[in-house]
Amino acid sequence: MMDIFDIYLLEAMVNGILLGGVLALLALGLNLIFGVIDVTWICYAELVMIGMYGMYYLVQYFGLPYYAAAPLTILLVAALGALLHLLVIAPLLSAPPINQLLATGGVLFVLQSFATVAFGIDFRNLGIRLPVLQFADMHLSYARLLAFAAALIGMVLVYLFMTRTFVGTAIRAISQDRQIMALMGVDTRRLYLITSALGGALAGLASCLLVLQYDVHPFVGLSFGPITFLICVLGGLGNFVGGFVAAFVFAEIISLGGLFSDLEWGYVLAFAFFIAMMFIRPAGLLARRRS
Amino acid sequence: MSARGLLPWIAGAVLIALPFVYRDTYHLHLLILILIWSFAYTSWSMMGRFGLVSLGHGGFMGVGAYVTALLWNHLGVSPWLGIPVAMVAAAVLAVIVAYPCFRFRITGHYFVLVTLALSGIVLQVITATRDYTGGSLGYTPDRTKGSHLLALQFDDKVTWYLIALAVWALGLAVWHRVDGSMDRYALEAISEDEDAAAAAGVNVTWEKLKITLISALMTSLAGALYCQYQMFISPDTVSGISVSLQMVFAVIVGGLYVSLGPTVGAVITILLAEVLRIGFGTKAVGWDNLVYGMLLVIFIIFLPKGILGSLMERLKARAGIK
Repeated sequence: MMDIFDIYLLEAMVNGILLGGVLALLALGLNLIFGVIDVTWICYAELVMIGMYGMYYLVQYFGLPYYAAAPLTILLVAALGALLHLLVIAPLLSAPPINQLLATGGVLFVLQSFATVAFGIDFRNLGIRLPVLQFADMHLSYARLLAFAAALIGMVLVYLFMTRTFVGTAIRAISQDRQIMALMGVDTRRLYLITSALGGALAGLASCLLVLQYDVHPFVGLSFGPITFLICVLGGLGNFVGGFVAAFVFAEIISLGGLFSDLEWGYVLAFAFFIAMMFIRPAGLLARRRS
Repeated sequence: MSARGLLPWIAGAVLIALPFVYRDTYHLHLLILILIWSFAYTSWSMMGRFGLVSLGHGGFMGVGAYVTALLWNHLGVSPWLGIPVAMVAAAVLAVIVAYPCFRFRITGHYFVLVTLALSGIVLQVITATRDYTGGSLGYTPDRTKGSHLLALQFDDKVTWYLIALAVWALGLAVWHRVDGSMDRYALEAISEDEDAAAAAGVNVTWEKLKITLISALMTSLAGALYCQYQMFISPDTVSGISVSLQMVFAVIVGGLYVSLGPTVGAVITILLAEVLRIGFGTKAVGWDNLVYGMLLVIFIIFLPKGILGSLMERLKARAGIK
């Protein structure tokens, strides 16, 4: 009896790690935008939802293979991210930060209801059923494994981009001091645009991975949007490493909580944990030291 | 008393007399909805005007509606007792979330995200406890077999109109009470510079907690009333992020810094939704939110003070020139 229980526990833990990969990817995108532009995209999860619809239509209607549709979707969502910046954030850059945040809340409404109007409220799925791996008596879905691997690769690529390229270095510099960089002759508008597109691309990658595991419907963003925000706050907004660690902590709690009860209770447990952590470490798990 | 001082009383008398003269059920229904939502929006603006932007008010509203209905259906507790219990529950929730936020200086983006998560979580809890709350299918308080008064269930619209009007007036009274108090200056100081306010002797945590409690209590009352009036609630209509954003939208469109701003916002949003619903019929699903969302973005970019706020500012400027 005990053995069976342990195997389930282990399986839930491994699944938690796999879920953490995608959550970490989402948190990275949000943190990137926040760290560089000092804006929170409330509608981030809705960009992922649009990306999931993009995948659905590319694969189901245009008959593209999955691996051809994925780059197109990433490009599409990256373009959406850039568009969001140009149309909504750029005119508000000098407005109070709360206004920028609320404007993206309006975009959340627009994207959600656009999806309702254009695609209907039916649940849709890709129709690709990936096999379930059996490994040492554990059932692991291949889709999750793929998502985890792709999320890790995506994060490593972003890391390399940020540390090894000139543009990446400039982006990191801007997140340290916004005013000085403009005085140094850096075109901040161009860098903001690149960052927004990069954040969009990360959302696009996440949507390619999530569409393998979940059905897409106009309100799908609400099921992982709030949790992404919690992760970013717990990790410390703009703190990449903190967000990464927090994503896995949260995924484990959700996965293990879901083992003992419904998945929703996993979320509730994660929230209780979050409140407790706010008392203990209010500035985030790995608080960024400020001078 | 000057003409200006008399104006609210005249307007109040006209509003009270209205249902006895004009009895179109559909229009009264719209007016009741406008009054209840105006009250909810006013309670949001109490915090919002001091820079405490909360997206957790959907959560408070959901607690108000569901606790009242659950107590009535499962324990037979009259809403007269159930509503205060629900309001206390919302207040406790507000303290649990807001106290650490204020104590540890979680402001701006952080505060918005934490409260955003709060409304998401209340939605999840309602959905997760579907054995009791009916989950996402919604929930209906049982029709009373005994006294209508005890169950707070009335069939005629006039009674509801008067109740909603009284609560709406109460909301405005609280708004003006806060507006004329020392707390207002304290909170305005806090919203501009917390450290400076604290140095000047303002108890930052306590002041913020106080306004949050008032706001949460009022919002949960609005939720309970909505539930008693509509006799149907679902997680999407009284809780969650979209309800919170709907509050923000209405207040920003109407005007955040004037007392009647949220009311103007409620009139505009509810009439807009009705016009779209009548114009498009069942095809309207989604269109109203699409228009809302676009208007919200456009308003924040071009008219951040809202319709009433900008109008009053213009009138004042003109009076100043004369």
